[in-house]
Amino acid sequence: MREGKVSEVTLNGAGLQQRAEATSRAGVLRRLRTTDFVFYSMTRGAAILVLLLLSGVIISLIHGSLPALDAFGLSFLSTEVWNPVTEKFGALAPIYGTLVTSFIAMLIAVPVGLMVAFFLTELCPMSLRRPIGIAIELLAGIPSIIYGIWGLFVFAPFLQKYVQPVLIDAFADVPLLNALFAGPPYGIGMLTAGLILAVMVLPFITSISRDVFDAVPVVLKEAAYGVGCTTWEVFRHVILPHTRVGVIGGFMLGLGRALGETMAVTFVIGNAHKVSSSILAPGTTISASIANEFTEAVGDLYTSSLIALGLILFVITFIVLAIARYMLLRIQQRVG
Amino acid sequence: MAIAHDNPLYSRRRRSNAIAKGLALAATLFGLGWLVLILAVLLYEGFSGVSLSVFTENTPPPGSAGGLLNAIAGSLVITVLAVAIGTPIGILAGTYLAEYGRHSKLSSIVRFINDILLSAPSIVVGLFIYEIMVAPMGHFSGWAGAVALAVIVIPVVVRTTEDMLTLVPDTLREAAASIGLPRAHMIVRIAYRAASAGIVTGILLAVARVSGETAPLLFTALNNQFFSLNLNAPMPSLPVVIFQFALSPYEEWQKLAWTGALLITVTVLALSIIARSLTAARKSP
Repeated sequence: MREGKVSEVTLNGAGLQQRAEATSRAGVLRRLRTTDFVFYSMTRGAAILVLLLLSGVIISLIHGSLPALDAFGLSFLSTEVWNPVTEKFGALAPIYGTLVTSFIAMLIAVPVGLMVAFFLTELCPMSLRRPIGIAIELLAGIPSIIYGIWGLFVFAPFLQKYVQPVLIDAFADVPLLNALFAGPPYGIGMLTAGLILAVMVLPFITSISRDVFDAVPVVLKEAAYGVGCTTWEVFRHVILPHTRVGVIGGFMLGLGRALGETMAVTFVIGNAHKVSSSILAPGTTISASIANEFTEAVGDLYTSSLIALGLILFVITFIVLAIARYMLLRIQQRVG
Repeated sequence: MAIAHDNPLYSRRRRSNAIAKGLALAATLFGLGWLVLILAVLLYEGFSGVSLSVFTENTPPPGSAGGLLNAIAGSLVITVLAVAIGTPIGILAGTYLAEYGRHSKLSSIVRFINDILLSAPSIVVGLFIYEIMVAPMGHFSGWAGAVALAVIVIPVVVRTTEDMLTLVPDTLREAAASIGLPRAHMIVRIAYRAASAGIVTGILLAVARVSGETAPLLFTALNNQFFSLNLNAPMPSLPVVIFQFALSPYEEWQKLAWTGALLITVTVLALSIIARSLTAARKSP
């Protein structure tokens, strides 16, 4: 029986079987081509979605801020008044606060970050490089709300008690500086916010600088050592000039973070819509104003003014981050 | 040599070298000092409030004792949803960048935009979701919070997926193609498998990033005094509760805020250390 069946098949249809195989293979191939195409479209769609996200952010912010921009026009940017009762809003104080706090942060984080990177790449014993590098990067991993609560309960009281009175006394008779360090020591204020921001952006500056320093060709350094340069001179005159573009890119990335940082600043800035010359005075930043007031904002104009602040913040950070990316791309191309 | 020692130029150079080295060491200690200070205070303040009731009771009304149960549950739900929404999109987009359009015009634009999104202020993401979800729906909701966090997850996953897939050697892809494997199968069966540890790292990093995020939740998920798993209603979350409680005048609330802060930090640091060790284990052999 069995034998018969086998022979029957072979007899009946070498051709038939081949045809069946061919059609089934074509079917499989077609199916594969479809899944291939579906998968490709899905990945492409997801990539395009990323683009749509950013345009969505921009469009929704513009849409949301239209009422405020209609009502106040360009004077929104230069008005200090922020009065929910009379519905008069101006962005000057938050913009000023954002710029001042970020400036303080960069003033401290840039030299410190560079020196840490110098230490990690040139001075630190090999076995300690990774642990110290990771520890510094953990600073970036701590959520910003932790910096906020720490700043409010630990750092601000400390500054109020020990640092700010000293600053006020020390510069009381120095012109210009006495305006900068004037007024009662509140503890919270723009200086406190700037200092906390400095700690927060420090790891970004350090890790990018370290990465670009590491990419400097060893031959260059050895040549400099060979003509008798000290470690510092090699760093200052060979490594830094060689990596300038990348280092500045790292600064810009850190600046982008500092400008947009919300929670840590909200805790310690004091939320006062005022432009004061003293950095010890409470102020506000764009992000802190939004975080503090958005859920309590009544009326379309109030909400819209806060969204307009968000738009301004987004435009500023977009420009800063775009410059950062452009510079980092340039150094990548040169190294790679 | 003796001349060299007396030469004022040389000794000046040596001195500035020593000063620079000293400053570099000081800067490093300064950075590490902050980490130690912050963690020490956090551990001290946080641990003094840890007890079983933190995990079994809901957030209390002002002036009485309670726990963080509803906030922890809310945070978990929102984070899991955000990762569930954001990860597939992120992996697919990263796949496009690394596998299909490595050098295409679209890819270079997407890469640039993704980098911007990666470091864009998170509060702006909150405003965006408020505009497209909360305002049209007319109420704050857990969904809005999850989508807001998903927007933050996506760029992180896109970036790591692309980086990790680019590390997979092309010979593997060619070998797969030479035995007739279609491209989609090659990517799913070969490339994903080779890059799996890296992709998981990216997801863990994304979870670490969003579990501490507060700003995008403030006006999307809002907050809720009670235990609620209803995604169409305002939902409590750990970071927002910390924000509210820390700025309150009530001592019990401030204590709970510290405990919550400790919980978040431990979670985030543990996640990033696990993520790191995953890639480190892969790199070393």
